Amino acid sequence: MSENIAYAGNKGENVRSDCFVTLELTGTGCYGIDIQSKVQSLYGESIRKLAEEILRFFEIRHARLQIEDTGALPLVIAARIEAALKELIDSDEEYLLPMSEENKYVTDKEQFRFSRLYLPGNTPKMMINAGIHQPNGIILDLEDSVAPNKKREARFLVRNALRGINFYGAERMVRINRFPEGFKDLRYIVPHNVQVILIPKCEGAEYVDEVENEIHKIKERNPAGNDIFLMPIIESGRGVENAFEIATASDKIVAMAIGLEDYTADIGAQRTQSAYESFYARSRIVNACRAARIQPIDSVFSDVGDEDGLKAAVKESKSLGFEGMGCIHPRQIRIIHRGFAPDEEEIEEAKKIVNASYESEEKGLGAVALGTKMIDPPVVKRAQKTLDLAIFLGLIPEDWRDRFIS
Amino acid sequence: MGQPADNLVKNAVGRYVPEKVNGKTVIPYQGVGRYKPEGQKHAPAIPSYADYPSNGDKRVSSLKEALEKAGISDGMTISTHHHFRNGDVLANQLFDAIYELGVKNLVWFPSASFPCHEHLIRYLEDGTIDHIEGSMNGPLGKYTSEGKMKGTGVLRSHGGRYQAVQDGEVKIDIAVIGAGCADPFGNSSGLYGPSASGLLGFALADSQYADKVIVATDNMVEFPCIPWQIQGNYVDYTVEMDQIGIPEKIVSGTTRITRSPDRLLLAEMTADFCEATGILRDGFSFQSGAGGTSLAAAEFFAGKMREKGIKARFARGGSNKYLVNMLEEGLVEYILDGQTFDLEGIRSMRDNPNHVWTSPFTSYNYHGKGNFAGMVDVVILGATEVDVHFNANVVTHSDGYLLHGIGGWQNCLFSKTVILPVPLFRDRIPVVKDAVTTLCGPGELIDVVVTERGIAINPRRTDLIEKARHSRLPVKNIEELKEEAEKICGKPSAPELEDELVAAIKWVDGTVIDAVRKVKV
Repeated sequence: MSENIAYAGNKGENVRSDCFVTLELTGTGCYGIDIQSKVQSLYGESIRKLAEEILRFFEIRHARLQIEDTGALPLVIAARIEAALKELIDSDEEYLLPMSEENKYVTDKEQFRFSRLYLPGNTPKMMINAGIHQPNGIILDLEDSVAPNKKREARFLVRNALRGINFYGAERMVRINRFPEGFKDLRYIVPHNVQVILIPKCEGAEYVDEVENEIHKIKERNPAGNDIFLMPIIESGRGVENAFEIATASDKIVAMAIGLEDYTADIGAQRTQSAYESFYARSRIVNACRAARIQPIDSVFSDVGDEDGLKAAVKESKSLGFEGMGCIHPRQIRIIHRGFAPDEEEIEEAKKIVNASYESEEKGLGAVALGTKMIDPPVVKRAQKTLDLAIFLGLIPEDWRDRFIS
Repeated sequence: MGQPADNLVKNAVGRYVPEKVNGKTVIPYQGVGRYKPEGQKHAPAIPSYADYPSNGDKRVSSLKEALEKAGISDGMTISTHHHFRNGDVLANQLFDAIYELGVKNLVWFPSASFPCHEHLIRYLEDGTIDHIEGSMNGPLGKYTSEGKMKGTGVLRSHGGRYQAVQDGEVKIDIAVIGAGCADPFGNSSGLYGPSASGLLGFALADSQYADKVIVATDNMVEFPCIPWQIQGNYVDYTVEMDQIGIPEKIVSGTTRITRSPDRLLLAEMTADFCEATGILRDGFSFQSGAGGTSLAAAEFFAGKMREKGIKARFARGGSNKYLVNMLEEGLVEYILDGQTFDLEGIRSMRDNPNHVWTSPFTSYNYHGKGNFAGMVDVVILGATEVDVHFNANVVTHSDGYLLHGIGGWQNCLFSKTVILPVPLFRDRIPVVKDAVTTLCGPGELIDVVVTERGIAINPRRTDLIEKARHSRLPVKNIEELKEEAEKICGKPSAPELEDELVAAIKWVDGTVIDAVRKVKV
């Protein structure tokens, strides 16, 4: 490969909504842009204009650019061109498309995190529609699902996706690589309203400190930023042993997850559907999370086609105390939501507590009582969360209290 | 080559269409139910028993001999049928034989074409075939769109094809019917044999109205071929051939529901809509095709029907194993089937008296004394584009290329509720847009557009709007959907088209609803 030629993106029979870019800096002569697009007659001209604008932005005057397009959105094309370009030039400038207004929402520490959908960070076609399946969180994964030689270009894509793809209210998460590779990841995501950063293969509090310090440094340079929450993932025996230390390493940690593929490999066990080999670790994680007042989140269920198996796994996960699971396919989301949904008894109990809280407020009372039992504020808050979830899942109407008879 | 865009007139949906197609005067679309033909149906010449073998054996030695005996000559219209789908060997063999006979300028009148018919491009090139009236899919669509076909293509729905033959708008000189099994007299069926296709309904009009009818089979049985779907009394010649179809390409061993999460979501939203608006009720009826989303919608219907303890009076096929399962489980009382898509469909049609074969005459013919399509409560169809007035396109893509036939799509628009579950965009190309590239169905007949980003209900359907208001369905107006698509994808340029016309799109009553222009290459 010539040192003046760089490539980025994907092509091939099964590739859609992506493009493959070949960029050559020629040194002399005008630039030529060659576009072969599946949507040539409808978007050929706008692709050309975008490419010209990016080359102009980086002050490239002499280049040959070839774009093989399978219907990529502008944010994908821009990411691919910039990735190729930065293989060849040294520049701190970034070509940023506008941050979509829909993506400026914030999330809070307490919100539901039943489902978090993993998406490979270098596969745009899966990102575009992820939000319509309504997961609680969408994870743009820069770690295991991206091949080592694609990690660089994936950062540009993930950055542009965070800015331009509408996630329809799902919490915007990124799983970074382990340090030192993870340092580079953070620079591409921290300024772009990432809401939760997943720290993989976390084995001690120092892992969290490293990430937090780097975020802090980046935020100093980009002060207009939201709170960024952290979710360490425990994937080793050592990580399990240090679970509580990790869970309490930062007040930005909102949840902690367990990754069973790596964990079972680390302890020399075979991962089974019954998951009895990880019972100890999972319970340990739940315990550490509860002690640290954060959400315990279970691993993914890998057999996408086995809906009954997933239902059983969710049931067990909930009974162990977990508050959510990872998903690797959008069709798992609804099953997980239903599984973690409160049952009838829990809803009725929550209605009584929240209703009592309203009544005490209406009467100007300071404390909430249910019969002769005093109710603590965290219990009320939790009951309200249960009802919010029941409303979100369509289990009870929003105006449930109008019909409530205590 | 097609034809120049001369003497165009604006029809009732605002499309400019020619007054003549392939030199024949045509009627511009006048609106739903407006055009009513006068006169008599077409009738073929009266045959005489005396001219046919008294022993009933109409076999000839080859297709070529049958064509010669049928008097094939330049300029004739030759019909075939798409029962063998992409496994059709017969149509290709037929034109190989015609080529050897040196006959030119024919009109090929298939009920649909498939990618396997790319073989026929050589005969379009050398003048054996002048033009196609039927559908132009895949390579033939590309060939036609690029203006390479000598004459002008004509696309019709399945019902429109029956109507055109019955009304004498298309006079078939020779019909060649491929049958999974047949007897020497010409009784034939698609239920048995290596090239079994289920039924032969698409050939019904041809058997009734063509001047000469040839039945070709690779499974000749002794008289009588029972049950017969085509009556031998209409047949002139029968031919026994080595192979007329490739079984695995005629029907799939097993149909599979899509695993695409986006399509499954569309299907689920469609079923949710039908539930919320009360369409799913005991005794209802539905039709859903074999496309990924439609098939999945039927599965979601089944789930909801089990939950509610209701059943459908009938379902219209294309049948497949999922529909057959519903029939056998008792969720559906009857399948009224137009074509079978898998082996389970064929088995059920053979064995189950409640799995009934139909034809475009019973199901779709607009110039009949009613048809079944209008009796269906809900139909789930696809589309390549829908505009903000709910007009839809099913034949061309947004770049102007002809890629699909109409099939039964136009005919199904007469069902009580028409739902189009479509993605808001495909590979950056918006599906909901200001204007469709080719208008195949008027918006007044299209009730609901379900996309993954919202459901638009035609303002004419105030009843559905009212019912959906009380649901949790993400109802939006269609302009909002269009804007959302353009926001994500960018506004597309208009496709680059020439003035020259390459095909005409017929409406169910034989009028011309739109014309397809040559794509700039």
